[in-house]
Parts: sequence; C-alpha cells; structure tokens
Amino acid sequence: MTQTNLILPAADRRRFLTGGTRLALSGAAIALLAGNDALMRQAAAQTPDDVAILNTALGLEHEAIAAYELGAKSGLLKDGTLKVAKTFMDHHKEHRDLLESTVKKLGGTPVKAKTMAQYNFPADKLKKAEDVLRFAAKLEKGAASAYLGAIPVFQAPALKTAAGRLVADESMHWVVLQNALGESLPDALAIS
Amino acid sequence: MRYPKAAAVAAATLLLTPVALAEGDPARGEKVYERCEGCHSIERDRIGPRHQGVVGRKAASIAGFAYSPAMKASGLTWDEATLDRFLEGPTKLVPGTRMGFAGVPEERDRADLIAYLKQSGG
Repeated sequence: MTQTNLILPAADRRRFLTGGTRLALSGAAIALLAGNDALMRQAAAQTPDDVAILNTALGLEHEAIAAYELGAKSGLLKDGTLKVAKTFMDHHKEHRDLLESTVKKLGGTPVKAKTMAQYNFPADKLKKAEDVLRFAAKLEKGAASAYLGAIPVFQAPALKTAAGRLVADESMHWVVLQNALGESLPDALAIS
Repeated sequence: MRYPKAAAVAAATLLLTPVALAEGDPARGEKVYERCEGCHSIERDRIGPRHQGVVGRKAASIAGFAYSPAMKASGLTWDEATLDRFLEGPTKLVPGTRMGFAGVPEERDRADLIAYLKQSGG
C-alpha cells in the first residue's frame, strides 16, 4: 500500500469528517428490494436460499448497529468522528430496515438483534478513539467482503444488484474511517 | 478392450490416493482471512461460528451456536481436504448453509487460508 499526499492533516481531516456526515446514502437506491410484492414472493418460492442469505446479512447489520452504539457511547469519540459514527450507524439502520422488510415480503422471519452482551465485542480493548475507529473499519471492510461474496450466491437478480449497492456503502464507510485514522488510500481491488 | 493388470492397479491406486493439498503460507492466509471477517472471528462467535480450533473440528459442534439444519446434518469434519472443498464453494458442499458466500476460487488462497486457520488454532 502506498502513502499518498492525499492524506489529510489532522485539522483538515476533522473538517473532512464533518463534511462526511453529509454523504448521501446510496442505500436509498436499494429500495428496489421493496419493489413489486408479487414478483418478490414468486422469486422467493423459486429461490428459498435467498431468504437465508438475506437473514445472514440482516444479522450483520444488527451487529454493525450495536458496534457503532458501543463506539458512540464509549466517550472516546469526539466531534467529527462521533458525528460520522452516528451517521454510519443510521446507514446501517436503513440497511436493516430494508433487509427486514424484504425478508418479510419473501415470506421469511427476520432474524432478531442480539443483546449487546451477546455480541461479546472486545470492549476492553477500546481504550482510545483510534481503537474504536480501527474496530469499526475492520467490521466495515469485512461487511463489504461479505456482501461481495453474496452477490454470486443470490439467485434473484434484484438481490444481486442490491448486494452490490451495499458493497458500495460498506466500502465508503471503510475508506472514510481509514482516512480518519490517517491511513493511506486503499489499493485498487482492495475488497475481495 | 482389456487393460493389463498392472495398469488397472496403478489407476486404482491413483483414485484411492488422497489429493495432496498445496502447502499454505499462514502470513498470506491472514490477508485472505479478511474476506471472512464480515461474519467470522478467530476468537468469538459472530454471525458465523468462531474459527479457533476449526481444523479437525466436527461441523456444527460449537455448543450454543445456531447452526443451519443443513450444517447440522452435514456429518462433516473440518479436516484440510474438507475445508478446501467447502471454501471453494460453501453452498455446493453444504446446500442450505447460511453461509451465503461464493467461496474462495483460487487454490493457493485456500491453502494459505487453511494454513492461517491451523496456525490460529490455539
């Protein structure tokens, strides 16, 4: 990975992060998940595994929301980084709502969130803001990989497209967090 | 057409000999493992079960983890050869698994990943 001069100094990075809260969520575009109900039910009957995969994705979104809640309540994030964490948590809530409604439309039962204790997050290792950001960045990169890996497995083309849009959101989160940490820009094809 | 006996024995031996898996590089495998970290962790159960000690473990054997009926019924043991097949195409080896992941297509990546999992076995 190469360091570039695009990495912002701390003060500029703070401004960048504040601006980052205005990033538009591409998740709005995944409203196609909630499209034609009859078509969705028909698709579900033909592809029962899609519901199981959607529920796995929903579990991932529940976990992300809990992780950001932990970070936001830790008292370690301030100003710009706290704002960004809350914004990204809202994005994940939007993903969760769309996935829940889609699972229901397909005749499935949406998986429920666990309690904070059940997630067993490594809270004892989060001692400073940087730890929280690294923890979140790792989850976001993992989520991008998970959605990327789900694309070929989904049977319904609309779900493949939706998963691609979720890859975009999670990748955007990861890169913003990397930038907040002062890390170099990712290489090409960094998500695999 | 009749084959000589020696050729038949050689063919049978080839068929019965397990395919040797490539020796993996655990350091490279740690990078490949980033693909798994959306749902898995070495130390703790997440969306997927923890991977500590996975090599040699029976499938669906972590107490309290909510495995899919398909995984419970698989009867698999995660030896290196089985892990390799599963990682190549999870839903092909275990149809109905909740692991909605296309798999790791490159043989070398799988070997490195398995080497990393072995090293992280605890």
